[in-house]
This record gives sequence, structure tokens and C-alpha cells, in this order.
Amino acid sequence: MNAPLGSLDRPNSYIGRAVTRPNAKRLLAGRGRYVTDLVLPRMLHAAFLRSPYAHARIVSIDVEAARAMPGVRLVATGADLARLCTPWVGTLDHFKGMKSAPQLPLPVEEVLWSGQAVVAVVADSRAQAEDAAEAVLVEFEELPPVADIDTAREPDAARAAAGIEDNLCFRSRLDTGGIDALFAGAAHVVEEEFHFGRHTAVTLEPRAILADWDASEGKLTVHHATQTPYQFQDLYSRHYGISEASVRVIAPDLGGSFGMKLHVYHEDMAVVGLSLLCRRPVKYVADRMESFVSDIHARDHRVRARMAVDDDGTILAMDVDDVTAIGAFSTYPRTSAVEGNQVIRLMGAPYRFRNYRAELSVVFQNKVQTSQYRAVGHPVACAVTERLVDLAAARAGLDPAAMRERNLIPDDAYPCSSPTGYQFEALSHQASLVRLKALMDYDALRAEQAALRARGIHRGIGIASFVEISNPSPAFYGIGGARISAQDGATLSVTPSGEVRCLISVTEQGQGTETIIGQIVADQFGVAREKVRVITGDTEITPHGGATWACRGAGIGGETALQAARRLRDNVLALAATILQARPGDLDLRDGIVVDALSGAERVSLAEVARIAYFRSDTLPPDARAQLSITHHYAPQGYPFAFTNGIQGCHVELDADTGLVKVLKHWVVEDCGRIINPLLVDEQVRGGVVQGLGAAFFEECRYDDNGQLTNGSLADYLVPMACEMPDIVVGHIETPTADTALGAKGCGEAGTAAASAAALNAVNDAMAPLGASIAQIPMTPERLLKSLGKI
Amino acid sequence: MKARAFDYARPASVAEALAAFAEADGDASYIAGGQSLVPALALRLQAPAWLIDIGHIAELRGIAVEAGWLRLGALTRHVDAHDHPLIAAHAPLLALAAPHVAHPAIRNRGTLGGSVALADPASEFPAMMLAMGAEMEIAGPEGIRRVPADAFFLDLYQTALEPGELLVALHIPVARPEHRCAFDEIARRRGDYALAGCGIILAMSGGVVEEARIALLSVGPTPLRAHAAEAALTGAALDADAIRHAQAALMDDLDPPDAPEVPAAMRCHLARVLLGRLLAQIAEAA
Repeated sequence: MNAPLGSLDRPNSYIGRAVTRPNAKRLLAGRGRYVTDLVLPRMLHAAFLRSPYAHARIVSIDVEAARAMPGVRLVATGADLARLCTPWVGTLDHFKGMKSAPQLPLPVEEVLWSGQAVVAVVADSRAQAEDAAEAVLVEFEELPPVADIDTAREPDAARAAAGIEDNLCFRSRLDTGGIDALFAGAAHVVEEEFHFGRHTAVTLEPRAILADWDASEGKLTVHHATQTPYQFQDLYSRHYGISEASVRVIAPDLGGSFGMKLHVYHEDMAVVGLSLLCRRPVKYVADRMESFVSDIHARDHRVRARMAVDDDGTILAMDVDDVTAIGAFSTYPRTSAVEGNQVIRLMGAPYRFRNYRAELSVVFQNKVQTSQYRAVGHPVACAVTERLVDLAAARAGLDPAAMRERNLIPDDAYPCSSPTGYQFEALSHQASLVRLKALMDYDALRAEQAALRARGIHRGIGIASFVEISNPSPAFYGIGGARISAQDGATLSVTPSGEVRCLISVTEQGQGTETIIGQIVADQFGVAREKVRVITGDTEITPHGGATWACRGAGIGGETALQAARRLRDNVLALAATILQARPGDLDLRDGIVVDALSGAERVSLAEVARIAYFRSDTLPPDARAQLSITHHYAPQGYPFAFTNGIQGCHVELDADTGLVKVLKHWVVEDCGRIINPLLVDEQVRGGVVQGLGAAFFEECRYDDNGQLTNGSLADYLVPMACEMPDIVVGHIETPTADTALGAKGCGEAGTAAASAAALNAVNDAMAPLGASIAQIPMTPERLLKSLGKI
Repeated sequence: MKARAFDYARPASVAEALAAFAEADGDASYIAGGQSLVPALALRLQAPAWLIDIGHIAELRGIAVEAGWLRLGALTRHVDAHDHPLIAAHAPLLALAAPHVAHPAIRNRGTLGGSVALADPASEFPAMMLAMGAEMEIAGPEGIRRVPADAFFLDLYQTALEPGELLVALHIPVARPEHRCAFDEIARRRGDYALAGCGIILAMSGGVVEEARIALLSVGPTPLRAHAAEAALTGAALDADAIRHAQAALMDDLDPPDAPEVPAAMRCHLARVLLGRLLAQIAEAA
């Protein structure tokens, strides 16, 4: 009865098809409903006075003048909100020894970064709230800011926050043993110190929240531009002491999230308290200047790494020291240690070597907090590994592609594990490399490169293999004590007209979650895609689940939808069998018609079955069970993570006199298991590549020595634009996971994981004949001109 | 962020505009295309009590050639520099620079007068006024006066415009047949403020430079004439040696600010590279 998934020649075979997104037309027509669009009766607007200092003691706050300003309804300080909201601490139990100071919506005694919200003003309009925020008088006493990662770790260093005994948030060590002997005896040792700049998500839609406390029934409704409504339902409930069932979080249309919209932000927690205090709806939308100083930042790693290699180019071992600076707090509830943890655990992941040592130091400093952002840790681990592989290849006299051919884990070696303990079910590094070389026409590109070098044109070719973490089990957060679900839930109903409503816990941020869920349900239930309506993002309607992060939507949400659709179909066929006096096993549901499974002859329409179930149950036998709604939950139970893999290639041209790099073309071969929608996978990969190239060439939050962000606007913080982006060619290998019937793994972070690594290798390849090299991203003209000795 | 509250006036003539400014006791800003002023208002970097919208003043419009000068009304849009046949014919350097000015949406709204009056040292048009030897027509309480570009740009965002004065038109000497011009800039992204930019007009006769006018943007607090580089070229045959001498001389013209992302040495280096490339381009085309 279940035709093989991916076979496209059966009715309603949507899995594997490049269908378009049903919601795209609505969004293009301007009918999207973002939090910013929402207007509620009696709604007020919040604005925040922010700290001008990176670190200071709050001496006094005078709000009297602000309270008297036109339209002002409330001016609230940290002390006001601390009476309502319990503090939070951004640690997880499985990160042993991790520490972080308690946090409150607004600070009471001390500000810890420049731009931290200090006082909230609520007024009839945002402009009035901003006017009044300018009239709030705060006296600060400046304290020394912690800005440098090395001095921060000295014993007598000033502390980034009161209440922590030193500036080390978390330390982790991995050691398989045998490292020193291998390095001592290796034919070649390559080493490098890498610097990865801080950057931030820059979502098209900024953070936005509208909290609505209804005192009449003790109910809090929060319209929140978030990826994870259930997580926030839990947090608002627990920190404000409201029963979980009385908190409703609605995530309407979202304009991008990239991991940035699942953390607790101080302003967001404050807005809930402001609504409680005002007993009215309160809206806050971060403007772009505020986003730069309050959205989480990411990366900011200094990695010293070395690799030991045999005569013939076989990698023997890696030794890594990663220091990352995270801000004055660890972010809640997912912490700021996950990125560093994934950096040291993903190092060398595509390769066969068995000996590895790493040390991770996560350091507090007085800057905006860092935390999970698309491809958490992957680009750092990938760039370090892949650059060392290229350096080792040069030492061993091998072409970079040949070096990888020699060292990648063979496609027939699975299951296996990495030296850092990750378990790999089945990956396809070798097949991906073969495919990439064919797509790039690698040998021809190398020949062209040599010919152009003779004419003074400096082109570079870089490749980078990667492993991506997807479909996380409870081993990711649940084990650490966080109330973040690893399972998803779906409720499916047949309407009286024979259509299907699917309420599901995974959420949509623009990537097409709703589209693929609709495809899976239509495919597995047996109706046209247009007959399935997918509804997401409302804790009062959709079942509890993990929602969308860490590339889990397709793999876990998709499997939930698949299993739910099969159950609902069984119910429909059981009922149809009763009506038709047939056996359920002899029937099938195809394109909304119950048919004879063998002959395909039409028996009764789904609409007729539904009509009878809802309106003429009197015609059914007394024991008939017309269950046309089902709720189903699915949690991953096999491997702790479904790892995916792939490889990227980047072709650049360097202008050695100006330090400008033109990316000529970029290629990705990725293996996310079963592809549900090739169009959406390609677009996810391309979008991810663009973010990776942004990190490689443009994006960096630059701070001065006083902890002031010096480029916090879109005029100064450069994001990649269409003009600078190359054509991106995407190829696929499909190795479905056997843990699920669907077989899908994640693909949303694959592009970001290795794009900057491929670009770094490409630029170094272009500079090699000029005797220059670079180990820092972004690769700005200034850094390239310096490494070329031009300035 | 939201702008602070302001009052708004929309005069129909230059005289009314000047009167409106006077009535506001100087706490006013003229607004035309608004491409720089509106963001500044939203960021509360500027908060005038009055905005005087000059966008509807007919006297400020028009593109015409009169007695060897191209007259551009102050409200001439950036897109006209890009597209207008009279500008292409008589001020080709302006047309060469126009595609580098921001993006089409901004070019459709932004005005040449606004750009020159703001005098952003990283903007293309103010520097091209220097290269072309333009004169600014300014209306004030005392009447109309004309200021040559060389005397117009005084310091960072400071021009010869007195408070309340209004830039009415730009007068550009029409290009002569012996003129060769070139423009380029080095920017990290298309449409961004350049790390360095350069516009050149050379009057050429038989391969020899008779007169050179070179202006740079993004290399100091104001748009900048490269007098030393011009002098090095004047009277020289435009060959590789002359280009090298001009590049060396350019270093005497420059004293850029130092910043971590763009050190002074980098601006000098980029300006030098750019000058060399543009001169080579003219030499090759000759």
C-alpha cells in the first residue's frame, strides 16, 4: 500500500517534487501578518533608554520628567520589573562547571554592555515613548570594561559582571590520547592561528513582540516574532508565575530568524511585565540600531590549531585550542556555550584520523551576548579543519582535492564515529567530492587558473568538506534540564467537505516549513496538495513541540506529519470499509477518492465519507468509530543526531592591488537524506551560502577598546548584496536516514557551514603565488592588502 | 526610531523659502529629496523645529545650456545625471559618476543640489563639481551669488552656504572636444560609499596633457582637488612615466584620516592605484 517514498509516478506523489510555496503569493501581495502589522484596541508602545557604557554601575535613575511627558503611561525600571519576574540563569546541567550571573528584564545595579536596555517607557505612540526615554536621567559610574579575551582570563582581571568569581563561563577538554607522540613523529605539522569575527543575523524583520495581559481572566497572550512559541509559553509562565495554560504565544508570519529569534531577550521579557503593569497590550519592535546592540551576536572565536600529517598526506591527528567571548551573560535558555562546544566537536569530522585533542574556553566580556545562529559552530570548525587540510596538502605535495580523496571517511565505512564521539549513521563524503569535481569541472578550472596566473590574473579555487548536525534528540537540550522539546506534534482533521487541516508544532520563518509539511500530509494521506491547510505557531491551537531550530523541521516535524497522515488515512479507510461493507486493507485513498486498492476503481469520495461521518452518523452501524481527527507525536529515538554532509567549492578572483575579491562562482553538493522539495532545499542552501560568504568577506561587529560597537548600522555593517553574490550551483546526493520512514535530515545550515571555509581556501589559493596568506574572516580589503604587503 | 516632532512648510518660490527659514529663527532645514536628511531625522541626529520642503519650487528645476555653461537646477535628480542627454553631452564626467551613486531607488529621489549642499566627502557629485570647475548659484537674503567649487567645500559637511542660504543651481562649463574624462571608485559593495573615488578631466592635444583636473572623494574631510598630481601631468605626454609621476605626486595631495578598518595608508594606496588605472585608461583610449 505504501509506494516507495520518492517515487514520483503515483497519485499525490509530492515528496521529492519541486512545488512552489502556497504562502508566497500572500506574502508578495502584502497580505502577510507580521507582529509589526498587528494593532490591538488600547495598544501602547514601548521604547527603551539604553546604556551608553559597556560597563557601569547605576547610581540613580530619575524618571519624574519622563513621566510627565505627553502620552506617557508608564516608566519602569529594573526594580519595578524585578518585583514581577523571577531571574534566569543561562546554564545547562550537562555543561559541567558552567556559570553565569542571574539576569532580570532590566538591570537593577549594573549595566554590562553598551546598548543594554535600562529603563522602559510606555506611551500612546512609539514616538512619544522615544521622546520620554530621552528625558529619563540615569547617573552611571563607569567601570572598567572587559574586552580582551586574554586579559579577561588573568587572575586579577576586572570581572565582566558582579556575582561571578572570574570571567571563565565554561571550559571543556577532549583528548583521545596519543597526541604528543603523533605530532612528535609526524612527517609534517601544519599550524595556524585563526580569527573569526563577531557577526549577527540581520533578519529582514527585526525582533518584535506584542504582549497582551487580560486581567479579567488572568490570561497572557503574546504575539511574538519567534521560532519557538512553546519554549516562550513555558518561560513566560514560569518567570511571571502564570499557569502555562493561561499563557498563549502566537508566532505569526516571520521575516527570517536564523536562530536569532529563539533566545530570551531582556526587552521581550520586559514587555510582558509592562503589559502586566499597564493591563493593556504593549508592543515593542526593535529598530535596526537596537537590533545591532541587542540581538545575539555569534562566532567571535580565536582558534589555535595544528594538524599532524604522514609522508603520504594521511592526516594523523589534530590539536585545537578555541577561545570564544560571549558577552557578560550566557544566553538563556540555550546558553552561549553550545557554539564553542560544537566547534571543538566538529573539528575534523569528515576525516578518518582517530587522535584528537581540544580545549575550549568560553569567556565573559562586556559586549552583546553571543549565542546560537545558523550553523552553530560549524563554519569555525570547518574553516579551521579545511584550511589545515589545504596547508597539509601543500606540504605533502598533493592537490587539495587529492588530499581529501585520501583522507575523507570512505562511503562504505558506516556506521562509525568521530574522534570526538559523534556517531555517524551513513554519510557520502567520497561521492560528494566526485560530484563536486564534476560540477566544477575541477581539472579544467585548475588549468585555466594556471594560464591566467601567467597573465597576472589571480584566481583561486577552494574546497571544503563538512558535516552538519541535524534532527537533534533530547541529548541536545532536554538532558541539560532545559524545557525545550525534541519531539513534535500534529493534529490532523478531515473537514466535512473532505479537506485536511494540519496543526503542527514546527514553525515557518520564510523557509517553507508549511509547504513541505503540506506536501508530506497530502502525499501520505492521499489528497491533492491544495486540499491540505497547514497551520503553525500558536500554542493554543497547535500541539506542543520543539518547533524550528537546529535543522529539525523537515526531519522531525516531517516524520511527525508522515506518521500522523498515515494514521488518519487508516481511520478514513476503516470508516469507508464500514460504509462500503469492504475490508480496509482492500481499499486505498488516492487523490481524495477511496478506491479499490488493486484495480483502482473508484468506490466513494473522501467528501462523501466525511459527509456521512459528520451529518449522517445515524446511517452507520452502532460500533462504527468515525475518528476523522487524530493527534500524533513523534520523537527521534535512534541516533542522537542525524548528521548530514556535503562539500563546497568556491572560485574567486583577487584584485591584488585593491584587496577586493570577486566571487566568480560557488558550488555545493549536499546530502540531506530524503529531499522533500528540491526547490526549497536549493534555496535553503543558496541562502546559507550567502550568509557564509557574508561572514567570509563582509560581516563583522567591530568594537573599540571601550566595548563600543563602532559599526552598528546597515551603512557600516556590510551584509552581502545580490550584486556581490555569485551564481550558486547546488547538487545533491541522497542518503536517507533509516531512523525514520521519511528519511529526511536537515539542510538549512549546510550552506553556511562550509561557504566561508571554501572562500578562505580560495582566497589563500589565489594569494599563494604572491607569498601571502590569511587566517581571519571577514577577509576585508584592509586585511588582504596587509597580508599582501601593500600597506 | 521615530523623528522628533517638527513643523512643515512648503513654499512655492525661493523668496518664500528664504522667508520661511528666517521666520523659523534658523531652527529649520531645507528638504528636497530627503535621502540623507530623512535618515538623520529618524536617528534623531538632526531635529530641526521646521522642515522647509523646497521640492515644489519651479525655479529650482531645469537643465539647460546657456553661453558655454550647463545649468542644472538644484532639484535635478541623480537619475538625470545618469540619463539626461544634455548632461551626457556637456558634463560627461557627471554621467560617468552617476551609476556609482547608491542605488536606483535613491537616485530617483536624491537631488544634485542636496548632495552638493550636504558636501559628504564620500559622495560622488561634490567631488565631480571640483573636477568640472563648476560654480554654485546661491540665493540668500542679500540676493544671488556664485561660488566656484574650489571655494565651496570648506570642511567636513561645511560649505560656503551661510545658514538660511539656498543652493539654487549648479553651473558647469560645457565639456570641450579635447577633453578626456574618466571616473571610478573602489567600494566593497556596489553602491556603497567608496573607500576611494576619483574623477579626471584631461585636456589633451596630440598625446600631451594641456590641462588636468583631478578630484577625489572619500580621502579626507572634504572632496579634494589633487593639485600636485595635476601639476605633474600638465605639459607631459601621457605615458607610463607620467602616470607614475602623477601617482607619486598624488601622495602630496593626500592626508586622509586614520581608522582601524581603513588606515590612512590604505586610502593613499587605493587612491594611487585608482589614479594610475584611470590615467592608463585615458592613455589607452587616446
